[in-house]
Amino acid sequence: MTTPIEEITKQKTNKELKEVVILFAGDSGDGIQLTGTQFTNTNALFGNDISTFPNYPAEIRAPAGTLAGVSGFQVNFGSVNIYTAGDQSDVLVVMNAAALKASLRSLKKNGIIIANTSGFEPKNLELAKYPKGVNPLKDGSLEGYTVHEIDITKLTRACLENNSGLGVKEIDRSKNMFVLGFILWMYNRSMEPSLNYLKEQFKKRPELIETNTKVLKAGYNYGETTETFTTRYEVKAAPMPKGTYRSIMGNQATALGLISASKKAGLTLFYGTYPITPASDILHELAKHKNFGIKTFQAEDEIAAVCSAIGASFGGNLGITGSSGPGIALKGEAIGLAVMMELPLVVINVQRGGPSTGLPTKTEQADLMQAMYGRNGECPLIVLAASSPSDCFTMAFEACKLSLQHMTPVMLLTDGYIANGAEPWLYPKASDLPEIKVSFTTKKNSLKENGEGKVEKYLPYLRDEKLSRPWAIPGTKGLEHRVGGIEKEHETGNISYDPDNHEFMVKMRQAKVDKVADYIPEQKIDNGKEKGKILVLGWGSTYGSIKTAVIDCIAKGIDVSHAHVKYMNPLPKNLGSLLKKFDKVLMPEMNNGQFSRIIRDKFLIDAIGFDKIKGAPFTAGELSKKIEEINK
Amino acid sequence: MTTATIPTTTEKLTSKDFTSDQEVRWCPGCGDYSILKQVQTVMPELGIPRENIVFVSGIGCSSRFPYYMETFGMHSIHGRATAVASGLKVTRPDLSVWLVTGDGDALSIGGNHMIHLLRRNININILLFNNEIYGLTKGQYSPTSHIGQVTKSSPYGAIDHPFNPLALTLGAGATFIARSMDRDPVHLRGILKKANEHIGTSFVEIYQNCNVFNDGAFEVFTEKASKKEETLFMETGKPLIFGQNNEHGVKLDGFKPVIVNVADVSVNDLWIHDEREEMKATILTRFFDDPKKAGHLPRPFGVFYTEDRPTYESALTAQINDTIKAKGEGDLDTLLRGRESWTIN
Ligand code: SF4
Repeated sequence: MTTPIEEITKQKTNKELKEVVILFAGDSGDGIQLTGTQFTNTNALFGNDISTFPNYPAEIRAPAGTLAGVSGFQVNFGSVNIYTAGDQSDVLVVMNAAALKASLRSLKKNGIIIANTSGFEPKNLELAKYPKGVNPLKDGSLEGYTVHEIDITKLTRACLENNSGLGVKEIDRSKNMFVLGFILWMYNRSMEPSLNYLKEQFKKRPELIETNTKVLKAGYNYGETTETFTTRYEVKAAPMPKGTYRSIMGNQATALGLISASKKAGLTLFYGTYPITPASDILHELAKHKNFGIKTFQAEDEIAAVCSAIGASFGGNLGITGSSGPGIALKGEAIGLAVMMELPLVVINVQRGGPSTGLPTKTEQADLMQAMYGRNGECPLIVLAASSPSDCFTMAFEACKLSLQHMTPVMLLTDGYIANGAEPWLYPKASDLPEIKVSFTTKKNSLKENGEGKVEKYLPYLRDEKLSRPWAIPGTKGLEHRVGGIEKEHETGNISYDPDNHEFMVKMRQAKVDKVADYIPEQKIDNGKEKGKILVLGWGSTYGSIKTAVIDCIAKGIDVSHAHVKYMNPLPKNLGSLLKKFDKVLMPEMNNGQFSRIIRDKFLIDAIGFDKIKGAPFTAGELSKKIEEINK
Repeated sequence: MTTATIPTTTEKLTSKDFTSDQEVRWCPGCGDYSILKQVQTVMPELGIPRENIVFVSGIGCSSRFPYYMETFGMHSIHGRATAVASGLKVTRPDLSVWLVTGDGDALSIGGNHMIHLLRRNININILLFNNEIYGLTKGQYSPTSHIGQVTKSSPYGAIDHPFNPLALTLGAGATFIARSMDRDPVHLRGILKKANEHIGTSFVEIYQNCNVFNDGAFEVFTEKASKKEETLFMETGKPLIFGQNNEHGVKLDGFKPVIVNVADVSVNDLWIHDEREEMKATILTRFFDDPKKAGHLPRPFGVFYTEDRPTYESALTAQINDTIKAKGEGDLDTLLRGRESWTIN
């Protein structure tokens, strides 16, 4: 004989899906970012390919229940390869009326809505600006969707009421665990990783481990025992390359790339920075790893942040600063100083919507021109761009390497989308990472006639085959010398106002950056043929969307290829010839056409710009449509 | 990681060893020459290997300084030497870092970095050449120019209330503040040595004559005729006395300093200077009257205040060491693996 519960369980069916997009939405205080992250990690551990997109409101504590306070976390996971967080969601989990209102348009037709009914009280409806008396859960406006109403707040309270010892506020805070438990049930996932997380997270408050665990399990069991939910879904593991993976977010990957580079170079990592969205997580991550000897310095402002990093570099360390567009604007003069002094310096710009304060929590790629030209004078930088969360690791490592080996500042561009997004990462072994050779000069490097014979001298601006100068650090006997922002005389580094010397040095600094092209990989085609009708040329965080769209279009028989640039300055040496092998070059960018202008300028080709400046990444659908359009 | 301290040397160097081959380009007669000379004289006496000494500056006349010193040096950008020096010293505690700045560089464009450096107490010696004018840009009023000062940018007189640099720096949490002048080499050298000895940020304001754009700004303090009457040279343990024949003294009446005739009071009634007393130092920094005002207090010179407080860099190193003790030396593979990983075969 079976118990009633077993009876219900037996009746539930399993349905296999290839790919699922879930959007969790609620108040920023609802803890749905945590729900999303835990669900992501569980799926990643299971073996799905995955991509996420957290979407934060600009105000940390916007009034509860309002549209301005809605925070979202979108996760796309599948048994197939996943490159974006998904254009539209299959499932929408909403904690209140405002979340529904703000997110409904991103839900697919026939999609599933899971609504926390206690977030649809008259007060919530009013805050969400529904007309008086209108409740979307009741008025039939959600027809066509499958709506599951759950009173999550009430169930959570009921679960903890008697013995938790927690106040109502704290009890309510654990409702994100109910959601997590329920979703884990729905997608046939183990609670184990989440239970481990709770144990780790609340080590110091065991009572919270207990209560959260209780609520998590209650959510899971709710799915198991409730008759309304008859279907569970199964998303099998994805065919990923062999190896060991972890889940990684972009900012975290950037931090790990920097740490790895400092280890491989044998230098102390100094990170001078000032808190700014969306770059602060790099600081948070680095500050945790003091046992690597890392020195993080939360400076008084953006200028001090970059200047302190320059001071650290002068002292023979790996000096790094990070910020977002507004902060980079403030750092401009100091970056110029590092260009002039020809010292290593890594500058990270986690781009966000601009200009000015712009859209602090939204993504954009509109600081490319700033990276290229945003300083006084002729002031070239090496500019790199990361294309996905895990690529932030590779490019951060590369930024340090190039800066140290070429003795010049490097700017690394990432953006809010990949900085906060996560994906599985086939992480490298430390031993597989290349050594970064850094050698400080310890001896005088020239013989100079001084009238009475030849004397040994140290010339701080003598050039090597890379056109870079020697690095003699304080503490090195006999190599005392001065550097500074005034124009340098060739080789001696003395102050010089000589007009010919100035022109020579301007060209020299440019040539030195151009020379880096000999040391970076050639541009490859990511997808499609080496030659053909359409090339989609992207850079930075648009990688996933373009890849998805191009795969889609190739499948439809369109002659289209995809190349993605990561070395923005200097550009790969073969890029010009590669572009000329295509009839049309389409350049999607989340700005007003910055890279396309550079490409037109450099290669005199009629690149077709395609811009999106909405604080949100391209959807693959938008790109496919555009490709089809120009294919006509 | 141990807190590297500044090494010492017994190598005998001379001031010539600290003189670079660059031609000094200040205006003839500028007070900077004397300061440069005193610094070059003091350097060999510090017992620090020359290669471990770094001079960092910002922008302004004074900021040319590093080019003339045969040490490591950086002529950075306007107002930011403080920040550059901070990053340098935090990562290289084994260096003796000297920062040369001016009133515009340190208190105007770089004011923010200055106060933050002081509160962090990074072991850097700051020499602020105060000439109450912008010299390099050819004569605009500065944040220390007095009200009514006529300059190119204030033809009708400056209307901004000036900073009192020592009150400002003490307020910012400085652990060593002192004042000296270009025209008193012996005093200046003594203060430079004390600044060097202090572990933490040392702030030395040096009155410096810009004979081209603000000639005589401090002459009542520096010239023989008035110096004794107008200045007060403080020494810990000694009473505050001044005057041609040290006939005047300062006494505290409650919180109010009053000038008395030494002959009229017992020595015990006079204010005995103690550079470790913060409250009294606060009052001393307020000896800032216009010397033209009747009944004004004399201008103090010497060390106003000093305290022992852990430096930022030593606290950072301690934190790193504690973390290493607790977690073990960072292992890159462990870091890359993260908390959870999975294998696909
Ligand atoms: S302008 Fe004034 S401060 Fe500058 S060098 Fe000349 S005299 Fe000295």
